[in-house]
Amino acid sequence: MPQIVVQDLCKTFRVAERDPGAWGAIKGLFHRRYRHTSALDHISFSIEPGELVGYIGPNGAGKSTTVKVLAGILVPDSGVCQVMGRTPWKQRIPHVSQIGVVFGQRTQLWWDLPVIESFELLRAIYRVPAPVYRHNVEEMVALLGLGELLDTPVRQLSLGQRMRCDLAAALLHRPALLYLDEPTIGLDAVSKLAVRQFVKRLNKERGVTVMLTTHDMDDVEALCRRILLINRGKILLDGTVADLRAQVSRLRRLVVVLREEKDWIETDEARVIGRQGPQVTLEFDPERISAPDLIHHLTSAYGVRDLYVENLPIEEIVAEVYQGAGM
Amino acid sequence: MTAQTLLRGWRGYRAVMSARLREMLQYRTAAVAGMVTQVFWGLIHLMIYQAFYRSTATPQPMSLAETVDYIWLVQALLLLMPWRTDVEIQDMIRTGNVAFELAKPADLYTLWFARILGGRAAPMLLRFPLIYGMAALFFGLRLPASPAAAGAFVLSVLAAFLLSSAITTLMTISLMWTLAGDGVARLTATFASVLSGSIIPLPLFPGNLQRVLNLLPFRGLMDVPFRLYSGNIPLSAFPRELALQLAWALTLIVLGRVLLARGMRRLVVQGG
Repeated sequence: MPQIVVQDLCKTFRVAERDPGAWGAIKGLFHRRYRHTSALDHISFSIEPGELVGYIGPNGAGKSTTVKVLAGILVPDSGVCQVMGRTPWKQRIPHVSQIGVVFGQRTQLWWDLPVIESFELLRAIYRVPAPVYRHNVEEMVALLGLGELLDTPVRQLSLGQRMRCDLAAALLHRPALLYLDEPTIGLDAVSKLAVRQFVKRLNKERGVTVMLTTHDMDDVEALCRRILLINRGKILLDGTVADLRAQVSRLRRLVVVLREEKDWIETDEARVIGRQGPQVTLEFDPERISAPDLIHHLTSAYGVRDLYVENLPIEEIVAEVYQGAGM
Repeated sequence: MTAQTLLRGWRGYRAVMSARLREMLQYRTAAVAGMVTQVFWGLIHLMIYQAFYRSTATPQPMSLAETVDYIWLVQALLLLMPWRTDVEIQDMIRTGNVAFELAKPADLYTLWFARILGGRAAPMLLRFPLIYGMAALFFGLRLPASPAAAGAFVLSVLAAFLLSSAITTLMTISLMWTLAGDGVARLTATFASVLSGSIIPLPLFPGNLQRVLNLLPFRGLMDVPFRLYSGNIPLSAFPRELALQLAWALTLIVLGRVLLARGMRRLVVQGG
């Protein structure tokens, strides 16, 4: 049975508008005009226990609206939403005590207190039994390397350290489901890797279902078997990273490093899209010419020192999908 | 929210209260600085009232000694006044992040109330003994009128603290409507400082005005406990006064809960 079921979820926000200038402000006092923006437009999907799903889309696509509905802090206009058999906004307290939420831009730790005291506080709020709590803290300390951070006040932590502590904080009550909203935003490379590795282990070893919203496509490639791509309140794609690639373009790239810089004669089957000294980047359609054939053709015609086939970077794919959908 | 859920969550709310208490106890320098200012103010008040009592022949509703007690208790417990809203909650409301508070399995009003109780208790606990001690040793503050008066005073201060925290929570919640700033809060604080007796003891107000003051919750903040201390309010009136303080606290708590529920409903429908 799916852990999350979302069916025909709709949410419209009303935004007050006024004409510019002083006159507009005065008019606005008497007569408000409203613009209605559809944040969620008949969204449907379902997620099975143990999945790790990337929820991606441009700014304003409806990602965080969805997460807010799923977390029980926003009521939709219509549609069905069931998380572990509960409707989040109707059974808020039982619902939120079984999920974990991390919003990358904010912290649920207490600014002036040592990290461990925030943990104790959450233990009391979530009513985690003492032995379970002790075991969880030990596990988190080991997995996330929090040892020396526990006694530090939160205000003295770096962003990466704080994020690791926030992840731990969201998991102290052993939720079966974790929403991560931009967990790697603003982190340095090392911290990003640490967060990714941790999320991956959590999902694999503990079977925690993870729903991840992010703009970092490296996060998606590293973690997600499944992607939900949303824009303007509609799901554009529900599938794997490979599905996403396939939908946009079959084109592949071949990077060739020549022995010497000499004039390049363009082939019919491949197009030059970039040149940097002796390094040439070609784009080709594998249905028209297979990679081995193209390579054979090139190596026989030119002096080639090195070459490798490249996939289109996922960033570009996503940008293309956004554009293709008229964004 | 049923009483049962509240009771089960008690440990959580208590933890929030004590965390906030510990957080605020870090600001010891502020307490010392505040103490110096307040002793200074107390001395100025003291001189004004001494001059006033010396220049009048008519008997006043409060003796000079009772007034001196009153003045020093105002300074020692000045933080009983609902001065300001909780800064962090204020920020959450301004940025719309307040919705995220709903992601915790807790009753929001109780969570905030506990937080405000803890946050306000800390600076009071830091300042009271310092100012009380100084005033009692050097500036004419007497001991409570009797051991029973001392007991009544302590209970009444606790009730005043509840009342004051209920007002603070209400002020904080009002920010959900007056997004731009804390105007309502500041206005309340100003009114409260006059109407509670922290500037002029209430018995010294004109008779007509006193009838109005008796109808308001603010006298429960300072006037009641401080007059119980010196015996100006007889012990026989104590149960009634305490009940009034608690009734006001309860009324304002209920009002706060209703307003918060309404504000949150708007928020979860209209988004953060």
